[in-house]
Amino acid sequence: MTMGSIFHDMWDIFVEYYIGQGLLWTGIGYTLALSAIAVFFGALLGALLAIGKMSRFKALRFIITAFIEIMRGTPALLQLYIAYFIVPMLLTNLNPTPIACVAIGLMLNSAAYVSEIIRSGIDAVDKGQTEAARALGLTSKTTMIKVVMPQAIKNILPALGNEFITIIKETSLASNFFVGELMTTYAVIKGVTFNPIPTLMDIGIIYFVMTFTLSKLMGIAERRMKASA
Amino acid sequence: MGVYLKGFLIACRGIPATVAVSLIAIVIGAAFGLLLALCSQTKSKVLQVLSKVYIDIVRGTPMLVQALIMAYGIPWLLQSWGVGFKWDNFGGMVVPAVIVCGFNSAAYMSEVIRSGIQAIDKGQMEAARSLGMSHGMAMRLVIIPQAVRIILPAFANEFVTLIKETSVLGYVGVVEILRRGQLWNSSSFETFPAYIGVALAYMILTIPLSKAINGYERKMARKESAA
Repeated sequence: MTMGSIFHDMWDIFVEYYIGQGLLWTGIGYTLALSAIAVFFGALLGALLAIGKMSRFKALRFIITAFIEIMRGTPALLQLYIAYFIVPMLLTNLNPTPIACVAIGLMLNSAAYVSEIIRSGIDAVDKGQTEAARALGLTSKTTMIKVVMPQAIKNILPALGNEFITIIKETSLASNFFVGELMTTYAVIKGVTFNPIPTLMDIGIIYFVMTFTLSKLMGIAERRMKASA
Repeated sequence: MGVYLKGFLIACRGIPATVAVSLIAIVIGAAFGLLLALCSQTKSKVLQVLSKVYIDIVRGTPMLVQALIMAYGIPWLLQSWGVGFKWDNFGGMVVPAVIVCGFNSAAYMSEVIRSGIQAIDKGQMEAARSLGMSHGMAMRLVIIPQAVRIILPAFANEFVTLIKETSVLGYVGVVEILRRGQLWNSSSFETFPAYIGVALAYMILTIPLSKAINGYERKMARKESAA
């Protein structure tokens, strides 16, 4: 076999399975939907965790810190295995599908990372801002909402974009549970064609196009945001 | 309780593999990452573009895909060219695993190193150059030693990330921590003890390390504010 015939196989598989059978659209659709759900709810939960970590209650702070340390200290793949096992046990009545279990796992993973993003975004705002606002007589709550947060958002949003791209790559682990995202197509096409390597290379290219496009778009958005500031 | 302890002990038997792969990979990653960082700083347009393309591709695709291509794709390709190549003849499946982790982490390391080098005051390079050092000498003797101190925490963080990333290597036949737990789970059906054990085994590696990094960073910050 020559190098040319690999490209030939890659092209054939791309045309026949990814375009012809529409696996490209379902694969990308599932991957993006899964990532978007994970990051969106992860960000909401992450914000709650970040707020909780600033609370006065020691017990709450301790629980949140423990959760974040555990999620950041163990591999995402392990978390997905555990979610896949434990979510159906906890939500027996709802009969969650594999993709729901995986989405919950990814969401909890993302929440831990997002809460750290938010915390460091807030920390990065100059302390003088808080001091000045407090000296002017604003309450600590108003200071947070009106002074610190608007500035912190500018640090947080770009990092959230990066988190989205990280999660896109992380969803490839969900293929283990056959949920239909892009990496799942590897097992599907491999099983029919017995030609795994060109399939893998196609998948690599599709992931790359997805993440590269997104990071370029985010770069543009970031520059716009900076220009408006 | 005994079953949880057993799960933990079984997972711990995977620690040497995980740590060994991560350690070799971080060395490869640092060396090749430094090369990439230096390439992106040279005047040569070709080297700049090459390192940029490499970094974008590696950072833009999941490590799972990279590992599968390295472990199964390379032998498949060489065999189809008539070269009787098998990873097993070159030290087993752990070799492609280490290579993939190393060259994957190099792409991330290069960004860390580049920002570390850029953080060094420009005056340092100018002063070294005006004292008659060549560019390479100034880099080696003046810039990089200072950049190392800045880079160190990010470097250790990358090591923590690598420890977690190596968990996908079970797919290419490396029996590391997670794989140990899975194998035990599939023979004993003690799913929960198996995975809790795995989680604990990872945490005794990652959490002390990240605590140490935080401590170092705080110490550095105090020094800086004192200076």
